[in-house]
Amino acid sequence: MPILIELFLTFAKIGLFTFGGGYAMLSIIENICVEQKKWITHDEMMNITVIAESTPGPIAINCATYVGYKKGKLPGAILATLGVAVPSFVIIFAISMFLEGFLEITWIAHAFMGIKIAVGILILDAAIKMIKKMKKKPFQIGILLASFAVIMLINVLKLHLSSIVVMLSAAIVSIAFFLAPKGHGKEGQS
Amino acid sequence: MIYLDLLIGFLEVGLFSFGGAYAAIPLIRDVVLAHEWLDDEMLSYMIAVSESTPGPIMVNLATYVGSNKGGLLGAVIATMAVMLPAFLIILFIMVSAKSLLKNPYVQAVLRGLKPCVIGVILATGVYMIIGNCYVKTGTGIDITALLMTCGLSLIYFGSRKFIKKGLSPIGLICLSAVAGVAVYGIF
Repeated sequence: MPILIELFLTFAKIGLFTFGGGYAMLSIIENICVEQKKWITHDEMMNITVIAESTPGPIAINCATYVGYKKGKLPGAILATLGVAVPSFVIIFAISMFLEGFLEITWIAHAFMGIKIAVGILILDAAIKMIKKMKKKPFQIGILLASFAVIMLINVLKLHLSSIVVMLSAAIVSIAFFLAPKGHGKEGQS
Repeated sequence: MIYLDLLIGFLEVGLFSFGGAYAAIPLIRDVVLAHEWLDDEMLSYMIAVSESTPGPIMVNLATYVGSNKGGLLGAVIATMAVMLPAFLIILFIMVSAKSLLKNPYVQAVLRGLKPCVIGVILATGVYMIIGNCYVKTGTGIDITALLMTCGLSLIYFGSRKFIKKGLSPIGLICLSAVAGVAVYGIF
């Protein structure tokens, strides 16, 4: 099979059979691309994980672009990336056609009132898991608490301020803190 | 124009969602609430649907919002827009700048962004939970929702003590749906 078609089909399969988003996908991508297809080495997979975590966007897309480019240059990158997204696109597009009508059925509306509560818990759980893995130095904790407080204020007071503004501020503070000329930011060594 | 709004909105989401799907939820929430595309309620439903269907959660949410507001073309535009920044950045790193991530400025930015993103996700989760427990009209506490929140949290976090990995997110969503039908069907 030509490599471009194989890339597309393989990543479509990954997109179709992984539930639960990026981190669940990483282990499947490792299994298929490293162990079965031998497209990349285990070290490269570790490398991809670090890059995917430090760059924005869906982690599965980052991985697909990386592996696709390595095996098939630009066309490979495009086909692998599209492959990973096509199955969920088709499924969600179909769901979007009937979801709102679906919600008018009483017992389904009740089910979703319960689900709404689960979603809040899942988001909280995602944050807790990330806190556990985070470096807990005063700088990091300070940024975390400050961001938390600002976003809570924005939500409670219904301000029109995007969380992107908060993230950009954190980036600027961080550059000033870590790259300030020595002598100014001495206490910043923590 | 809706297509342009979808394009710009989801490019922003794709460009700023560091740290996976849950990092994107606050950003998507910003975009859909600002344009009044979905309310908090509908957004929670879609997060649950995205979590229970295969594929990247961010792509699922983009496809849904796009399709809901702009049909097939809207869905294509929103989905492409949310993927494009990740695609281009990885391409750029592969082609010309393998050492980009070791650059001290990039390192400094990432060190500040990580805890910030966690703070943003934490605030979104806490705010959603608090929002769920209030009665929509007025300021009273919704006792049923509060009890369900406590019960489901207890089961979800407590299950880790008994089963190796605990209840999966899809497991929790199924359980909460059954609880919703039972509780709200009776009261």
